[in-house]
Amino acid sequence: MFPRPDPPGFLPLTQLPSLVAQLMALGYQCLGPAVENGAIVMRELDAPDGLPRGLQAEQAPGRYRLTQDPHQRYFAWANGPQAIKPQAFAPQESLWRVARDAAGKLQFAAVLPTVSAQAIIGVRACDLAALALQDAHFLHTDRRDPHYAQRREQLFLVAVQCAEPAATCFCASTGDGPTPTVGFDLALAELTDGFVATAGSAKGEAVLNSLNLAPATPRQIEAAQQQGRAAAAAQTRSLPDRNLRDTLMSQLEHPRWDEVAARCLACGNCTAVCPTCFCHAEMDTPSLDGYASEHGRIWDSCFGEAHGHLHGFNVRPDIRSRYRQWLTHKLATWHDQFGRSGCVGCGRCIAWCPVGIDLTEEVAALTASEARP
Amino acid sequence: MNEMPHGIDAGPPHAATVVARTQESPAIFSLRLRLDDAAAQAAYRFAPGQFNMLYLVGVGEVPISIMSDPEDRDGIGHTVRAQGRVTQGLAALQPGDTLGLRGPFGRGWPLHEMGGCDIVLVTGGLGCAPVVSVIHYILKRRERFGKLVIIQGVKHAEDLIWREQYDRWATLPDTQVLVAASEGAALWPWHVGRVTELFALANFNPECAVAMMCGPEGMMRVAADSLLARGVPESRLYLSMERNMQCAVGRCGHCQFGGAFVCRDGPVFNWGEVKTLLAHKGY
Repeated sequence: MFPRPDPPGFLPLTQLPSLVAQLMALGYQCLGPAVENGAIVMRELDAPDGLPRGLQAEQAPGRYRLTQDPHQRYFAWANGPQAIKPQAFAPQESLWRVARDAAGKLQFAAVLPTVSAQAIIGVRACDLAALALQDAHFLHTDRRDPHYAQRREQLFLVAVQCAEPAATCFCASTGDGPTPTVGFDLALAELTDGFVATAGSAKGEAVLNSLNLAPATPRQIEAAQQQGRAAAAAQTRSLPDRNLRDTLMSQLEHPRWDEVAARCLACGNCTAVCPTCFCHAEMDTPSLDGYASEHGRIWDSCFGEAHGHLHGFNVRPDIRSRYRQWLTHKLATWHDQFGRSGCVGCGRCIAWCPVGIDLTEEVAALTASEARP
Repeated sequence: MNEMPHGIDAGPPHAATVVARTQESPAIFSLRLRLDDAAAQAAYRFAPGQFNMLYLVGVGEVPISIMSDPEDRDGIGHTVRAQGRVTQGLAALQPGDTLGLRGPFGRGWPLHEMGGCDIVLVTGGLGCAPVVSVIHYILKRRERFGKLVIIQGVKHAEDLIWREQYDRWATLPDTQVLVAASEGAALWPWHVGRVTELFALANFNPECAVAMMCGPEGMMRVAADSLLARGVPESRLYLSMERNMQCAVGRCGHCQFGGAFVCRDGPVFNWGEVKTLLAHKGY
């Protein structure tokens, strides 16, 4: 771990572009929030002052609308549909290719991505917690994923504290936010006139030092902490603050699964926006002449019909079994695999569900003792 | 469980050539493969119950259990039912044709825990393939094991492959072969009915028996109930599971069964590890 972080500095509001400029000067491709199709997405900044101000994301089950922040803050939007998952676990990529040589022999070759150093500005605490889980899946096993590793190693993460959680947020209850505590290179807490900036790695400290910031005053630090506490208190949804594994696994025939299956469209939106979902399908793209082929992977969803496909039958033929698979994996058997729940409380699955299925509400129904059959 | 061999990683595959092809039944065929890289072939090791990913160029990969003898260093045997996109393409391969292979993957049968015991093998349909390498393994080391009971069920009489082998095994000392077909045919010498009806005829010592099962999950549940009722301890009851497997290294997520990745933590499990979830349809 990063040993003795320097005390936080204070980055005046007008100086935010100098942080971006410094990262660009260090060779980082800088990604920051941008508006696309009415939602916040992470896109490359073409100029140091390219970060948008005054955006807020109003969210509710099945609803996401950008609104105006009266205080013109930089990071008052809680989150967009996508965390930083695509920056390490690419939505689609090649793994290896094969071609026949002149003698007709098959020649296989690994395909590794060429990646440049990327700095992401505006990473949320829930996103960091999710990234740690993706790391656990792709890196900390006995078979390290080279594609993921290559992208992951290039990331410089500028986290921001959430001061304006959306109505769908519940990171305080999962213990993952709203204030970033680990996993970042730099963390910013936005106050009226600037940012309390904390380094979380040697790389982050070097960047911070290069900005020659004045140390944050105790008052500024306290204001940031208070802001985090207020953001936690403002959250209206929650998951039970305990390991739900045994409870959920004892409810596999609960009537609620039928009830939620009647509403669920099995569209897979929840898995596409979930920052911890890691399922992916492998597929081939053959050349037209049939002499070569590229073998790749693409994000997949346990709600899709093909996910449980087995020669001649489907292991999970109905929506009931697919929703049950998703929820019990995320909140129950994830504990077996990674030692914690797979939910970081970002609330994306609630906002981006077209029929507004609320994970916290389903869990409440499944774990309510009076509802036990 | 002991360490299982893991030769070739997540990819890319190794080039392999078909050295022999046998049509076992109208839909079932066997391929004998050899890795093109002689050193890789010589170094290739597997344990019965493990599987390889076979890659048909331009089409895709499919997990197939290894049915050859683990000490046969000269080739790798697979028996496949032509059922889906990849396996129907694999069925068209002839000696000399090439494909990709990576493996072996997963956890095989715990053969080291079985010394001195009676062995009961219960298989259904093509579930016999992953178990055939166990039979070969035991027959080559016959003195290490007690009685061998082979119970095999098929839907239709014509689905029984390796019929001569079953006939031959039935003549061996201390070896009992019980075969059932739900639908018989002319000159079918074995039982007509459910394979589970044969359990009562199986002759073994439950107190010192290890059972291995492979086949449809419904059949394995009934078989497990019957074996447990006969007094086989749960800790000596094993099964091989099937799930959608695409990466084979516990990464792509399709084969998850509870917290287990069947490709990595299985496909062979102890009954106690999976019995609870197996009771839930669609899990």
